[in-house]
Amino acid sequence: MTAIAPGTTPTSSPRSSAARARLLRSLLPALSLALVLIAIAWLNPRAISYFGFSLMLNLAIPIALATIAQMFVISGNELDLSIGTFVGFVGCVTATWLKDAPLLGVIVLIGAIGVYALLGALIHLRNLPSIVVTLGMSFVWQGLAILVLPKPGGKAPDWLLALMSFKPPFIPFPIIAALVIAAVVHFGLMRTSYGVILRGSGGNPAALRRAGWSLLRTKIVLFALTGLFGVLSGMALIGITTSADANIGNGYTLLAIAGVILGGGEFVGGRVSPIGAVLGALTLALAASPLLTFMHIPPDWQVAANGAILIIVLAARVLISRRER
Amino acid sequence: MLKANTDIIRLNGAEKHFGAVRALNGVDFHVVSGECVGLVGHNGAGKSTLMHMVAGTLRPDGGQIVVRGNAEIDYSVARALKLGIRCVFQELSLCPNLSIAENTRINHPALTGLGWRRKAANLIAAKLEEIFPHHGISADDIAGDLSIGRRQMVEVARAFTVTRDPLDLVILDEPTSSLDAHTAGQLLAFVRRFVAAGGSCILISHVLGEVLQNADRIVVMRDGKVVATDAAKAFDRDRLVATMGGAEAREKIAAEIAAARPADSPIRVRARPARQEDGRELVARAGEIIGLAGLAGHGQTDLLLAIFAAATRRKTGIEVAAPVALVAGDRQSDGIFPQWSIAENIGIRSLARLRNGLLISPQREAELAEFWKQKIGIRTPDMTNNIFSLSGGNQQKALFARALGSDAEIVLMDDPMRGVDIGTKLEVYDLVREEAAKGRTFLWYTTETEELDNCDHVHVFKNGRIVANLTRDELTEEKIIQSSFGDAA
Repeated sequence: MTAIAPGTTPTSSPRSSAARARLLRSLLPALSLALVLIAIAWLNPRAISYFGFSLMLNLAIPIALATIAQMFVISGNELDLSIGTFVGFVGCVTATWLKDAPLLGVIVLIGAIGVYALLGALIHLRNLPSIVVTLGMSFVWQGLAILVLPKPGGKAPDWLLALMSFKPPFIPFPIIAALVIAAVVHFGLMRTSYGVILRGSGGNPAALRRAGWSLLRTKIVLFALTGLFGVLSGMALIGITTSADANIGNGYTLLAIAGVILGGGEFVGGRVSPIGAVLGALTLALAASPLLTFMHIPPDWQVAANGAILIIVLAARVLISRRER
Repeated sequence: MLKANTDIIRLNGAEKHFGAVRALNGVDFHVVSGECVGLVGHNGAGKSTLMHMVAGTLRPDGGQIVVRGNAEIDYSVARALKLGIRCVFQELSLCPNLSIAENTRINHPALTGLGWRRKAANLIAAKLEEIFPHHGISADDIAGDLSIGRRQMVEVARAFTVTRDPLDLVILDEPTSSLDAHTAGQLLAFVRRFVAAGGSCILISHVLGEVLQNADRIVVMRDGKVVATDAAKAFDRDRLVATMGGAEAREKIAAEIAAARPADSPIRVRARPARQEDGRELVARAGEIIGLAGLAGHGQTDLLLAIFAAATRRKTGIEVAAPVALVAGDRQSDGIFPQWSIAENIGIRSLARLRNGLLISPQREAELAEFWKQKIGIRTPDMTNNIFSLSGGNQQKALFARALGSDAEIVLMDDPMRGVDIGTKLEVYDLVREEAAKGRTFLWYTTETEELDNCDHVHVFKNGRIVANLTRDELTEEKIIQSSFGDAA
């Protein structure tokens, strides 16, 4: 009995159980994706093939990118209700100007990212609720999209079509793309030293300010990253569909939020997971159309199916958290 | 040493107003290198405002800040950090979603590039080991998973880590409020070593003994002014309390409790900790104040929460015979509804009584709030203000008002007085005894031995078990420490 470590015995066990619960929770997105895949394999074994995955996951890439975009604002305790119409606007620009006048197209898209950065600054400086600002912006993006492309049409630039129809050997392109997106964003947000500051701005903004960091800057960076990934999402979407429509991205707003939450993220507190968000997006993409088609359920039920998955996974999460107590 | 006895920082005539309230009224304050300055005063005396100025988080409305002889015009947090001045704030300022190493990185802009994670982890681990040997905290732990005491340990250790910027002056604002006696001792010993090596410290603490024993010089504040400055040796407890303007009431308490010893009143709570192997159990009668003591995190809070849960759902080993209310210890995360007004925060435990038909009657809510504002002395112009407009001590009073204003006959207190000034404490102690005399039962977990003087019975906890049951007459600090550290079976 020389030295006593105060509190070691009684507090270490709850802490390790908290760590266990966290591990379980971080496995949930992967588990739900696996479950959906098993269901698809059971209903239609032929879908589990190179071509099957290429087809089923085709639309998952833009959804995953939009989900990552949403994840950035959520990690700063904000919400972006305009990401869907923004993706639509980017799609319209991609199918028109980016093909016909590439320089103008690039300038417009970079300008759009700049607008996102300014929104971040505005929200921080005027202390506005991001939900209100982005809800307003969603109509602005929608209106601009209709101005750019009044009728469905346009055409994707050839290089983009070539990129999105790339067929690598053995592993389908969407899976590689998902892996790359998850890895890059995970490294950037979870492993770099500035990524810590970005997540910290959602965890405890006051502490960050006291340590001398600029919250204006973190907010601008987070919103600019949202804009950047929104642009990538819109371009990827047009690369797959080949032509655009002003309403093409409207469903993405809620899909992206659902993907972040499904992937283990939380609305406040800077708790997000890029890998989880990509898995969540894949799960939603698969569960929406392929699974329903194989189950002979009309596509009208897509949204309901997504809702059901969300409820099941969130319920599982609550159960795990409750067990932890 | 040439640098000895030179000013690190000097504030001349510092002033700060918040609306009509004068928080600081022309304060002169300085710290020289190699000294530990104790700063005492009631909540609202202006200590925190003054420290925010030294740390650069608040700008003075008037007066001058001079660092090492240079007048600072554009003084800010970043500037303070560059000049080697840091602060451990009273409200915990770790990001709960980040690991300990990542939280360390936040305070060190220099921790970048390849391998920053390992560097940050080594930095904080080494400092924790230096200050709190055998701390049992890993640099990979997520801050939110740690107990409040461990979070405070991390925060203190983090303030003493050095990378690029120098480290000359550390402000410790209630650094021991969530630590048990053992770790608090480790911290204060480290502070002495730091000061002996030429560093400077400002120590703010409501535990006057800590300040008297560890500070070289003591500054007393009252009503936004410095009312006394003298060598620590020139003060004793009584003079300090008298200068602060607090009523010294310990002896009075002892006498009152002895007089108000309850007779054989009905048993309200009978509880046995989950890990208890022998037959000991906690029994609380109506009108009794029962203390739960021992080192922090040894099962006291768990038992309180179990009793709280048992009031609504049957639980083996615990019998509860009356409604229960809990005053949380971690008021920021467990006690306060941050978006709500003071009145709403008080009324939430009594909604059934505040109802008018199906809706909550704003009038009754306001009446309840106003009653407790008078009774417990919550210092605010308007009870409909947001709860965060109150100082820490007054927020805690609001939480007491929530519990005492309810129908609860049993009040559980989970170390609720941490970081609260002595004036507020004495008021709350009086209130607790008054309510106990009316027949309420209090179960009071505290890390401060002095508070146990208010209790009729004290149960000492170790490793989730009750290891000693002391009556008031047997109660001494030695006995508690002996039981907390003794190798009980």
